[in-house]
Amino acid sequence: MLEIRNLHASINGKEILKGIDLTIRDGEVHAIMGTNGAGKSTLSHVIVGNPAYEVTEGEIIFNGKNLLEMNTEERALEGIFLSFQQPVEIPGVSMTHFMRAALNARRKHEGLEPLPAGEFLKLMREKRKIVELDSKLANRSVNEGFSGGEKKRNEIFQMAMLEPRFSILDETDSGLDVDALRIVAEGFNKLRRPETSAMVITHYQRLLDYLRPDIIHVLIDGRIIKTAGPELALEIEEKGFDWIKEEAGL
Amino acid sequence: MEDRNSFVREVAEKTYEYGFTTDVQTEIIDKGLNEDVVRLISQKKGEPDWLLEFRLEAFRYWQKQEEPRWGHLKMPVIDYQDISYYADPTKPSDKKEGPREIDPELMKTFDKLGIPLEERLALSGTAVDAVMDSVSVKTTFREKLREKGIIFCSISEAVREHPELVREYLGSVVPYRDNYFAALNSAVFSDGSFVYIPEGVRCPMELSTYFRINARGTGQFERTLIVCCDNAYVSYLEGCTAPMRDENQLHAAIVEIVVMENAEVKYSTVQNWYPGDKEGKGGVLNLVTKRGHLRGANSRLSWTQVETGSAITWKYPSCVLSGEGSQAEFYSVAVTNNFQQADTGTKMIHLGKNTKSTIISKGISAGKSQNSYRGLVKVGSKAEGARNYSSCDSLLLGSECGAHTFPYMDVQNDTAIVEHEATTSKISEEQLLYCNQRGIPTEEAVSLIVNGYAKDVINKLPMEFAVEAQKLLGVSLEGSVG
Amino acid sequence: MKQYIELYEQCRGMLNGHSAPVLNALREEAFGHFRQMGFPSQKVERYKYTDVARHFAPDFGLNLNRLSIPVNPYEVFKCDVPNLSTSLYFVVNDQFYDKALPAVPLPEGVVVDSLCRAAETFPELVKHHYGTLARSRKDALNALNTMFCQDGLFVYVPRNVVVERPIQIVNVLRSDVSLMVNRRVLVILEEGASATLLFCDHAMDSHAFLTTQVIETFVGENAHLELYELEETHVRNTRFSNLYADQKAYSSAVLDNITLHNGVTRNRTDLTLSGEYAETTLNGLVIADKEQQVDNNTLIDHRVPHCQSQQLYKYVLDDKARCAFAGRVLVREGAQKTVSQETNANLLGSREARIYTQPMLEIYADDVKCSHGSTVGQLGEQAMFYMQQRGIPYEEARMLLKFAFAADVLSTIHLDALHDRLNYLVDKRFRGELNKCEGCRMCKN
Repeated sequence: MLEIRNLHASINGKEILKGIDLTIRDGEVHAIMGTNGAGKSTLSHVIVGNPAYEVTEGEIIFNGKNLLEMNTEERALEGIFLSFQQPVEIPGVSMTHFMRAALNARRKHEGLEPLPAGEFLKLMREKRKIVELDSKLANRSVNEGFSGGEKKRNEIFQMAMLEPRFSILDETDSGLDVDALRIVAEGFNKLRRPETSAMVITHYQRLLDYLRPDIIHVLIDGRIIKTAGPELALEIEEKGFDWIKEEAGL
Repeated sequence: MEDRNSFVREVAEKTYEYGFTTDVQTEIIDKGLNEDVVRLISQKKGEPDWLLEFRLEAFRYWQKQEEPRWGHLKMPVIDYQDISYYADPTKPSDKKEGPREIDPELMKTFDKLGIPLEERLALSGTAVDAVMDSVSVKTTFREKLREKGIIFCSISEAVREHPELVREYLGSVVPYRDNYFAALNSAVFSDGSFVYIPEGVRCPMELSTYFRINARGTGQFERTLIVCCDNAYVSYLEGCTAPMRDENQLHAAIVEIVVMENAEVKYSTVQNWYPGDKEGKGGVLNLVTKRGHLRGANSRLSWTQVETGSAITWKYPSCVLSGEGSQAEFYSVAVTNNFQQADTGTKMIHLGKNTKSTIISKGISAGKSQNSYRGLVKVGSKAEGARNYSSCDSLLLGSECGAHTFPYMDVQNDTAIVEHEATTSKISEEQLLYCNQRGIPTEEAVSLIVNGYAKDVINKLPMEFAVEAQKLLGVSLEGSVG
Repeated sequence: MKQYIELYEQCRGMLNGHSAPVLNALREEAFGHFRQMGFPSQKVERYKYTDVARHFAPDFGLNLNRLSIPVNPYEVFKCDVPNLSTSLYFVVNDQFYDKALPAVPLPEGVVVDSLCRAAETFPELVKHHYGTLARSRKDALNALNTMFCQDGLFVYVPRNVVVERPIQIVNVLRSDVSLMVNRRVLVILEEGASATLLFCDHAMDSHAFLTTQVIETFVGENAHLELYELEETHVRNTRFSNLYADQKAYSSAVLDNITLHNGVTRNRTDLTLSGEYAETTLNGLVIADKEQQVDNNTLIDHRVPHCQSQQLYKYVLDDKARCAFAGRVLVREGAQKTVSQETNANLLGSREARIYTQPMLEIYADDVKCSHGSTVGQLGEQAMFYMQQRGIPYEEARMLLKFAFAADVLSTIHLDALHDRLNYLVDKRFRGELNKCEGCRMCKN
């Protein structure tokens, strides 16, 4: 369970998050919607611990542990995964090498031995199928020379490899065509378990049709100004955000 | 567009149009250099003892030094005893006191150069200090500036009227020991401008100095000092021309700039000294030391230069970034044609934290000329978070010219990011063909393309200067494409 | 400097007595140049970053009498030379080691031998090439090496002969006192010949070594040469190496210089493209920490039209390492249609590390495409964050990125086995485990 209380965060001295309260229970998928620049990506980066952001107030508790006391990789080892809006290219580091380092770090954290090379490669093959990722891509450098859609599929592939407890999909649907969107969303659904939860950031209903979130939050100007059931997403699709802003007195 | 083309064509057909001489009674001291000459210059300018002492120390130091040979230049032998170190074209008045009269010929000369010295005729928003040979002829708009507390006058006057300021800052950025020509200048410098912008003042107009060499057999040793106090701003322009003479004339200047906290200085140069003739005879030897010290936190300094003239150009306008968060820029276009040689660039010395510098250099070589970029980026061990980006491009317009790039980087801090890139290429045949097909003659097309190539730098110039610079690019490349 | 002049004057006879007339022939002239020039000061542009005289000031022993040094080079072999299927040769200090020659014979006419012996066997061939690229008057170190060298290596590949199996030369430094070594290498590939050479520098003792090495390489028309140099010695090693190569028309060359572990290294690499349509690739990788110094100084001289050159040098510095890269590309008048690229990238990993970099273009022809780029920086913050988000520990992520940075240079190595082996060695080097194995004397100590 992820609990965020009165979270304030800033970048380069500018406050972006102005008091976020949010609780996501195991098994739930929450969607965060909102206008550009509202702070959606900031929220995801603050949860995973991007050092570029400064948390000035509030707390983030994950399964009873205080995330703000941990650095990025410690949080990752606790089972937090971010599907990046813009996955980073790392020339010279092969996907295989990269995934192996990540997976073995996770196993070590859980007190397990590193996975033997043969089994690791077998695992890579299996998980690749979930998002129909080409085997050629796995031999390339991390995200280098990948198309936009391939990068997003690669994110979900990594999620499949690492089996996180809590995942954040940060505009994973942007830049995807209809088929790729279906592949990514179905891949995500295959990975859902009763004990996992997720936060999905998106502008569009289309992705939510596949993911069927339990709760929708509207994030505007660093605050969550409305929380409701899945029907809210449809209403936003139809009417935009202005009426919600008015309702909240903004 | 059409207007601009015809404009370019018009100027492309001109040659060096500033090559005339002014017939004016000029007091020239005898050729040669020794301690007595240094004393004489100081005496003529009525200088205090400390300044004479400064000159003499510099002179003694210079005598012990050797001419630098590290540039990518074929330097003619300079006979320092065959030059007159002081030439005064302003007619000495009979009266010992009182202001000098300005010979109408001098006024005409500056008019002809497009620099009217009568304030009512002036280019809008520009104050001018006009220097011919060794003496400042006139400084316009002084009173208007004085109201804001801005001092803009010749350095000789500043020595008389603001000795404490001159004494504090002269030689503080470029000490006479800096290099051979700096020592020479410190010993014999004549006139130049002094600018002082007090705290919190934005200078309301462009300040400019126009340098003109006129007399035969003389050298010009200008000295400019700019002090910009906390939160102040000034934009300063410098222009230069000289008559066509078949001997080389020496120009060895020093420009010092001090920038305090939050202050900003923009320094622009359009250098159009006589480049020599098509056979490489004559022309000005332009050997200049320019440096700014960004002393205060968040201070800013930008050097913009368009170098089209001179037989030899040897100058590296530099920045010492001491103030935390200070930012420096260097934008340069250097054009060489015929037998011209240029070895120019910059030094960015990062000493303070979070300092930033940008270098954009465009070299254009034609004829049998040699054009080199030489630059140093140094990051000291305490310059946490220093950043530099340099880009140096060279364009070749002939098979007998040379284009060279010599960047030096010395990085001693592991948080610094320094990037340099350079390319060298010829003018594109496709572009030329495209222009020709649209009816644009080759020479004009070259001018157009070169102007486009240099645009990043030209755009940094104040408007009047930008127009002047564009014209010059066309003129300088005249005859460069068969 | 004086000590070397005196030494030469005293030992002239001994030097000549233990070498071949062809090598002796250039000694006096070299001595004259050396005496006149002395060691280059740091005011000399190409020696700006290395104080040569200081490194030559201490007293070193020289083995001018050619005493046989007890050695079993296989001790080194066990340690770091992998199971490359190469034709393996050893040069001990500056002496060709002929007690262990490869079992597989070389193709007919191919010679890999002691330079001294080759100068007796093929005097005309050696005389025709020896000292013609590495001129004594051009560099005091060429002069010094020519004055004192008595042996080294000779490689000859006749016309149109392709040597499939790489030729590996392990340069072993072995001594009971601090030692100065003056090694000389001559490589001749005739028209249409092809060969791959791999030089590995190792030290078997922890004594101080001062090595001067001059390699002259002649690549004939349409010939193909790959030459890899790998230095993996220790901190008490000082190496001054001058590599010269001349390429004729339609030839191609790949030259890689990798400094994995060293004390002080100064490599001068001068390539001349003297025949049209020649192509050359020059790469370097430097990994330096502690107080190591590496100074790579290159010149690619485009003398004729239609040639191509590429350069890539990467440095990874840590601790108090001080390194320099100066690369000059010269395009001479008339060398139209030249294409040249030069890249130098540097990673600084600590406060006290220092890098000087100086890429230079000097161009006297107009129809060319030349560029250079140079960067100094750190590991990418974004990439670090991305990796850490995936749970990769900080140190491990740094290691992976450093490795990726270096891998760019390694990927230019065409020899697969060497490529793999180097990947392994570089990885080990970044983990601080280099030279820690069971095999040889060095590691046992």
